[in-house]
Amino acid sequence: MELIKLTIDNKPVEVQPGTTLLKAARQVGIEIPTMCYFDLGDMKIENKPGGCRLCVVEVEGRRNLAPACATDCTPGMVVRTHNLRVMNARRTIMELMLSDHPADCLICPKSGNCELQDMAHKLGIREIPFQGEKSTYRKDTSPAIIRDVDKCIMCRRCEMMCNEVQSVGALSGVNRGFMAVVAPAFEMNLEKSVCTYCGQCVSVCPTGALTEVDHTRNIIRALADPTKTVIVQTAPAVRAALGEEFGMEPGTLVTGKMAAALRRLGFKYVFDTDFAADLTIMEEGTELLGRLSAFLEGDKSVKLPILTSCCPGWVKFFETNFPEMLDIPSTAKSPQQMFGAIAKTYFANKINVDRKNLIVVSVMPCLAKKYECTRPEFSTDGDPDVNYSISTRELAHLIKQLNIDFDTLPEEDFDKPLGESTGAAVIFGTTGGVIEAAVRTAYEVYTGKQLEKVDFEQLRGLKSVRHATVDLNGFELHIGIAHGLGNARKLLEDIRAGKSQFHAIEIMACPGGCIGGGGQPFHHGHDSILKARQKAIYQEDVNKPLRKSHENPDIIKLYEEFLGKPLSEKSHHLLHTHYFDRSKQVIIND
Amino acid sequence: MAKFKFHLLVCGGTGCRASASEEIFNNLKTIISDKGLDKDVQVIMTGCFGFCEKGPIVKVMPDNTFYTEVKPGDAREIIEEHIIKGRKVQRLLYTDPEKREHVSDSKHMGFYKKQLRIALRNCGFIDPENIDEYIAREGYQALGTCLSEHTPEQVIDIIKKAGLRGRGGAGFPTGLKWEITRKSVNEQKYVVCNADEGDPGAFMDRSILEGDPHSVIEAMAICGYCIGADKGLVYIRAEYPLAIERLKIAIKQSREYGLLGKDILGSGFNFDIELRYGAGAFVCGEETALIHSMEGLRGEPTLKPPFPSVSGYLGKPSNVNNVETFANIPVIINKGADWFSSIGTEKSKGTKVFALAGKINNVGLIEVPMGTTLREVIFEIGGGIKDGKKFKAVQTGGPSGGCLTEKHLDIPIDYENLVANGSMMGSGGMIVMDEDNCMVSIARFYLDFTIEESCGKCTPCRIGNKRLGEILDEIIKGNGTMEDLNKLRNLGQVIKDASLCGLGQTSPNPVLSTMDNFWDEYIAHVQDKKCPSGQCKALLQYIIDAEKCVGCTACARNCPVNAITGERKMAHLIDQSICIKCGACYERCKFDAIEIK
Repeated sequence: MELIKLTIDNKPVEVQPGTTLLKAARQVGIEIPTMCYFDLGDMKIENKPGGCRLCVVEVEGRRNLAPACATDCTPGMVVRTHNLRVMNARRTIMELMLSDHPADCLICPKSGNCELQDMAHKLGIREIPFQGEKSTYRKDTSPAIIRDVDKCIMCRRCEMMCNEVQSVGALSGVNRGFMAVVAPAFEMNLEKSVCTYCGQCVSVCPTGALTEVDHTRNIIRALADPTKTVIVQTAPAVRAALGEEFGMEPGTLVTGKMAAALRRLGFKYVFDTDFAADLTIMEEGTELLGRLSAFLEGDKSVKLPILTSCCPGWVKFFETNFPEMLDIPSTAKSPQQMFGAIAKTYFANKINVDRKNLIVVSVMPCLAKKYECTRPEFSTDGDPDVNYSISTRELAHLIKQLNIDFDTLPEEDFDKPLGESTGAAVIFGTTGGVIEAAVRTAYEVYTGKQLEKVDFEQLRGLKSVRHATVDLNGFELHIGIAHGLGNARKLLEDIRAGKSQFHAIEIMACPGGCIGGGGQPFHHGHDSILKARQKAIYQEDVNKPLRKSHENPDIIKLYEEFLGKPLSEKSHHLLHTHYFDRSKQVIIND
Repeated sequence: MAKFKFHLLVCGGTGCRASASEEIFNNLKTIISDKGLDKDVQVIMTGCFGFCEKGPIVKVMPDNTFYTEVKPGDAREIIEEHIIKGRKVQRLLYTDPEKREHVSDSKHMGFYKKQLRIALRNCGFIDPENIDEYIAREGYQALGTCLSEHTPEQVIDIIKKAGLRGRGGAGFPTGLKWEITRKSVNEQKYVVCNADEGDPGAFMDRSILEGDPHSVIEAMAICGYCIGADKGLVYIRAEYPLAIERLKIAIKQSREYGLLGKDILGSGFNFDIELRYGAGAFVCGEETALIHSMEGLRGEPTLKPPFPSVSGYLGKPSNVNNVETFANIPVIINKGADWFSSIGTEKSKGTKVFALAGKINNVGLIEVPMGTTLREVIFEIGGGIKDGKKFKAVQTGGPSGGCLTEKHLDIPIDYENLVANGSMMGSGGMIVMDEDNCMVSIARFYLDFTIEESCGKCTPCRIGNKRLGEILDEIIKGNGTMEDLNKLRNLGQVIKDASLCGLGQTSPNPVLSTMDNFWDEYIAHVQDKKCPSGQCKALLQYIIDAEKCVGCTACARNCPVNAITGERKMAHLIDQSICIKCGACYERCKFDAIEIK
């Protein structure tokens, strides 16, 4: 196709048709400020409502200013990105935005990571000439997410994530004019909405309008309590991202430093959720093989495909949207909850501590995990299996608050027994990893043969929906993978329509899987960060001496000493769960 | 078909109905039937006559007698005197305000003399609930001509040559829009009629739909034929129940006559129309917001391009035209492009309907050729300013139009001229202000509307308009500074320059145009802390003239805040720091001793 020639700030530019002014300007080194605009590159997630108007530029011959993010280049355009008219408009718009903002940066959880703050600084705003009313709303606290929409600037990124990417539909624009804001329908609480707590809204919010429920103070208090034994588990995706909070290159693995930091924070035992991930494979893999064998023996009542169940956002999503299909997902609990259940029984016994005095903390890349550990079925006599779930970001805050110089920490190992894991568990942290881990074990169990090559490249990548086949000794296992709930919905609708070809499907609520979780360090729209995290996860897998869950010696021991075998009665009691129809739990009139 | 000697046309527009025109209609019918005149006299409820100031209207045909301010009790006299005895009821005739004499024929009334009714041609003439009456006035002839004699391209060519431009406000050439939609390739396209008339005080679209719904249906079908659409949608606000009802009746009748539906007039062309109801958000008159609302989404605009002609309702090419635009189409086809383009100015052809309101004698709906001057509209058709007061300004284009003044009275009205002078055509609202109106308060008043009706999507409109309003509030309260005036102007310009849609791009017009044209009033408010029109309460001072005060104490006794002191039979004094400007003293003083300054 013929290139379009135009001039931006007196520089000649040639671009492909369909290129926006914003991208054309970048091509020649001109960075036009944006606020509502959001582009997660290869993840194909884009938000350009043209609403904030910060990116306006002057186009010769046009009556008014044009938003660079959403205006396509046309031949012969003459564009100015920083003349007086543009600068004045941009500054005035920023002043307006700030005039309707609480400006409590000193105590805002987003301070230092806030795009509004950065932009005010970049534009050199030193006073706000407009006084007047501020739009204020009720603060809304859910088990995982806090909405403080006094700070909302109507960029609509959260709305785009919630509706277009996740197809959850919890958030949308409400009210008109000055009181317009993004909120659940009828401005009810998030807790009463269809929200899955995936936290993708939080991960893209440019301001402090959407943040996580912060448990760091509870943890400091628990750590200081001499009557409590406080232990911690860390999810696989955390080690691939935590370093970013300390200025390290994205994709830096900090597993050893993280373990050291947790120990210095005062955790009595530093364990790994990866241990529970290996356990999940034992249970879920056995469940898969059981259903497959039954299917191959001609049992028509068997439910296939089997769906993974380790992602709590996904679990709430299907409970809300597909209540008639509650018998399809695996009944295996998530690794976080398996860990909690084993820690408060098997491990509590081992160290002779009453479960009520054992505090289990999880560090997760996820906000839905905060909600998951509050679900009543994951408590025994009111004592939750996992007491607190904190995000990668909260862990970084804790480390900073407790005066630990992360950079200079030595590399340390996890404690045993709940710290031993295989490479199969680590890859739970990225899309495709759970199913790959399951295949590694299922293959060997099903065929009785040793896997020659443990890497299943066909299951990897960042494509939103993937389809792969694995040859199980002549039986072609059809595997589906989806990340992002919108993509999951498509696969689920196929199943509902009886069109699904798959035997097993892995679903992760967040784009990229847990590496892109709502609790991870903010990526600010850089897809390269997600890619680097994914690469690190696979590197950690390669680094591990053991790469198949059923080879984990402490898992083998756990079955010998305690559980018996996968899907045993004890396993069922401790490691499996059931699902609830939540389609009617949305309450409109409070 | 029955042939009648007399036709009694009773206005069935919303305004006249609110003043009991339905009762008048029923009374006329009953009396006629009591007198056994059913075969000679037909009573019809028509659409709006436009002269709402003098409603309810009853017109007697064929002699064109125009009765004004008719009451239900007048029905008997009209029948007995006029119909039976041939004597016009003088007291119900319109009185020319200047010559003080009765005018019986509406053609000779100042209000109608300069009008040229194209879009409103059938309003007030036919029964909108009877398709035969529409057909009798060349109705559906244009559709027939198009389907049997013209290719779609030829029809588009006629519309282009006629020079018709969108009557919704922006004035985009209608023929060109049709052509673009025609050229958008898609198996499904839509004709959308924008009947989301949201300007306060504007009611031309409602009147057309209430008075002549078939003209819009016919035009939509012609449009469908031209662009290749078989489906039409009318987006109409739910607050227009009468228009909705009449539209529904008209659609039903058209279907029965084979003028909507499959294979219209044996041409093989299929077209049908559905209604979509709006909930009354002003911004939904903006075409992209309207489409989102029809799709069940939040009614807010998106960037153009893509234009609806390329990607509209459900992502399909959709041709969106306003009611008044459509109402012009059949006449253009029937009378030809040359006839239409001979009316109007160089760039604005045909006529425009305006809703006259405010401090004007003849409030109502008028239609004049483009190029008519504001002076003609206000002083000849509108009959001048109420109570003999002085003309001060006229606001055109609805809440986001600008205020024009004395010096603009002789500019010919068309799209370009209004914009060049800081206002706009808009949908055709025209609100007249007299010397008693404070222009700062007027600007604040209009801004209130746009603040309320902004969708909130873009920053300049959402927060900017609110801040404009707050600055004006301070000025009205007497707290304004010269710096505030600079802020107002800069902010107003940025809002115009940087807002996403037409609402924000025009919302500061009332502020900016009054600043341009009434700068001294702003200065008076800010520097002298005075409101020249005496409208801004906070800037008023009630002062007792010591010469006139007799010391009766009536004012002091009635002051709710005890701001007035003075001995009996001695001049009293108002403490300005306590006074709340309620005006109680002013009303109680029998000696005109209290002045408002």
